Amino acid sequence: MMNGMKSFLAAAAVSALSLSAATAQETPQSGGTLVVVVPGGTPRVLNPAVQSGVATGLPGTQLFASPLRYDADWTPQPYLAKSWEVAEDGLSVTLHLQENATFHDGEPITSEDVAFSVDVIKEYHPFKSMFAPVTSVDTPDEHTAVLNLAHPHPALMLAMSGQLMAIIPKHIYGDGQDPKNHPRNNEDVVGSGPFKLVEFKPGEHIILERYEGYWEEGLPYLDRIVGRIILDSSARAIALQNGEVHMSTFENEPTVVSRLMQAEGVNVTSQGYGGIGPIDWLAMNTTRGPLQDVKVRQAIAYAVDKNFILKAVMRGTATEAKTGVHPDSPLYNPDVPAYEVDLDKANALLDEAGYPMDGGKRFALTMELPGFPGYKAQTEYVRNALGKVGIEVTLRAHPDFPSWAKAMGTMDFDMSMDSVYNWGDPVIGVNRTYMSDNIGKGVWSNTQGYANARVDALLAEAAQEQDADKRKALYAEFQEIVAEDVPIYFINAVPMHTIYSDKVQNPPMGIWASSSPMDKVWLKE
Amino acid sequence: MDILRVTATRIFYAILLLLAVLILNFTMMHLAPGDVADTIAQSMGGADEEVLARIRADYGLDQPFLVQLGTYMGKILRFDLGYSFYYSRPVTDLILQRLPATLLLVFTAQILAMIVGVVLGVISARRPNGILSHFVTFFALFGYSAPVFWTGILLLIAFSLKIQWFPVAGMRDVTLTGGFWVQAVDIARHMVLPTLTLASIFLALYSRLSRATMMEVLGSDYVRTAKAKGLSTREVVYKHALKNALSPVITLAGLQFSAVVSGAVLVETVFAWPGLGTLAFQSILARDTPTILGILFFSALMVIVGNLLTDFVLRLVDPRMRGRA
Repeated sequence: MMNGMKSFLAAAAVSALSLSAATAQETPQSGGTLVVVVPGGTPRVLNPAVQSGVATGLPGTQLFASPLRYDADWTPQPYLAKSWEVAEDGLSVTLHLQENATFHDGEPITSEDVAFSVDVIKEYHPFKSMFAPVTSVDTPDEHTAVLNLAHPHPALMLAMSGQLMAIIPKHIYGDGQDPKNHPRNNEDVVGSGPFKLVEFKPGEHIILERYEGYWEEGLPYLDRIVGRIILDSSARAIALQNGEVHMSTFENEPTVVSRLMQAEGVNVTSQGYGGIGPIDWLAMNTTRGPLQDVKVRQAIAYAVDKNFILKAVMRGTATEAKTGVHPDSPLYNPDVPAYEVDLDKANALLDEAGYPMDGGKRFALTMELPGFPGYKAQTEYVRNALGKVGIEVTLRAHPDFPSWAKAMGTMDFDMSMDSVYNWGDPVIGVNRTYMSDNIGKGVWSNTQGYANARVDALLAEAAQEQDADKRKALYAEFQEIVAEDVPIYFINAVPMHTIYSDKVQNPPMGIWASSSPMDKVWLKE
Repeated sequence: MDILRVTATRIFYAILLLLAVLILNFTMMHLAPGDVADTIAQSMGGADEEVLARIRADYGLDQPFLVQLGTYMGKILRFDLGYSFYYSRPVTDLILQRLPATLLLVFTAQILAMIVGVVLGVISARRPNGILSHFVTFFALFGYSAPVFWTGILLLIAFSLKIQWFPVAGMRDVTLTGGFWVQAVDIARHMVLPTLTLASIFLALYSRLSRATMMEVLGSDYVRTAKAKGLSTREVVYKHALKNALSPVITLAGLQFSAVVSGAVLVETVFAWPGLGTLAFQSILARDTPTILGILFFSALMVIVGNLLTDFVLRLVDPRMRGRA
């Protein structure tokens, strides 16, 4: 109950403008249908063990429970695991499961299912670094699972929460069929979470219903969740305003968000996205042309006015990002070299690098215009800004995502705006961008061709460091070095917002936004 | 016998055309950089090389081009549209699930546009320089040239936000319980705004075409004869002239069959209408080749069926056509 209260107060504090203190003390009401928008459209599959991404995250975390859940302050809380211990040497993690927990078909959830889920996730989930160090899972009794590790692996805690570790039934998915394309991933889903599947119509809706056999008495509060697919952001905004939809998450179009901030009856918050950790940045290919020179990259950083992007393009909806770790993360280090806009410095650095101004021009670079919406204004701005210091930028527009991904993944580019997600621990979503053994391995790998031995060493050490303070110091140094080397110029945290009606109480405000269970969400009538 | 032979020849050529369309599109999709594995990686927030390689192997994307094409055409010849990579479902299921919504929307909009368009066209043809005629022209061209999503959003702001008469998105309210009539009324309410938006594009075509042909027919000899016989204007216009002016309108309606998917894409996206248009749009963005080709296959089929139907209706309406092959 304390945990519930704590997250509740955090949520209330966040929306203090709209919720009075009295509201926070109200007792939750049971019942009602919550209508939400499924972020990003139709999910490919509903089973988070084999598919990542926020579209799967919303229904996936209602259908399937994970061992842990996280509050807004990044502290792990019991969920399917009522308690857990990390061994002194860090080489094993023991989970004690809820004793009366059952799957939606009534079968008990046991340690066998945990072991099976770890196997499936290890094999089929796209984020290999989450469970790679897990060598085996022991099941001393029905309700105890011991994850044995090859080396200490602190990232495991975050990897056991949100949508990253869905506990799936062995008696359904262990039938020998390929779990990735299993027919029960989308139909007749037997989950472990607070809600069960009623109907999934691609392109239309996902209907979920309260699971009566949920282990925690009185939860979930809601009778039903209707997840709707509405792809047009203007239509979504109108639906939120007229009450047809109660809540929408991952809204990041500055015009829509800033307009809804003025609207009555709806609340807008950017809280709850720290774990997802999306960051917009300017990527530079450090392996070719003038960009090989760190001075050129620093000059580019000095020439780009971040404040202009934050104010004019983002309309004040986004916060500044100074490193590759999301500003909401406890590991974020804000004390890194900042490149306050300074054209004199930029010009001086370019002169020093051996590219003198010749008739208003120093050299030419190309810049990719990503094939997904939302990056045109930034790209045009960067082109203009660099023109002022004599860098002539040619845009290469991509019609769709695969075309852009191909250019990035094969490092056939000079510069591009990019948007990469942290996914919890740096080991999961941050390292991939900087480790020298991950250069040019597809989109969202180390596409910058960045190689720094000290960075490699820091990331390797931090991945296994059990002491929280020491770990933080290692990541702090890593962020400093990257900020000095500028393979990437970090611009802003993607302005993800949750927009919800006054009726919605206790909306998801942890670190995983709508990729977290909504068992404690309720509707005030 | 002749008609049968002509129809058979037409169907034969249509099938050849269909195959050519599929091969051409398959090739073009293949030539574009990147593939569906990239969009799957995107939907997952990134995936390492091993995962990407496995996705490609799963869907046969690692095979040589000709092998891929051969496998696909082999399936098509067995009437199997394949399996959607992105939605991980059979393409036929996806299309059949979405088809009714699109047909309902497009046909309603077409019929509405045709009736209103012809009436407006006839009215303005009778006084081509009258105020009413100019108003119809302005109105039709405005509807035609305004971007669909703009018209849609404008209608939404007016009738869903300011005056809350109609729902914003989707085809039905899933929280609603009730019998057939409750559901039917609910769907009708959801249909009003998208139908009006879609009809606003077609309206211009029908009203302009019927105005032009009507003016031409009204100036012809037999109309003068009819007038000379002393028939009332009403009889001359609606009995004699309109029948002849309708042929081009019906031909146009037939051609619009091809617009079933293309015309509905934007309207469906704005109103979250669960039809083929949104499916086509998303599949193209996702490079989901089997789904795109499946939809193309269906639309091509619709065009063929539409043309055959148009022929048939024209023969019914216009006796001059009946004798021709």
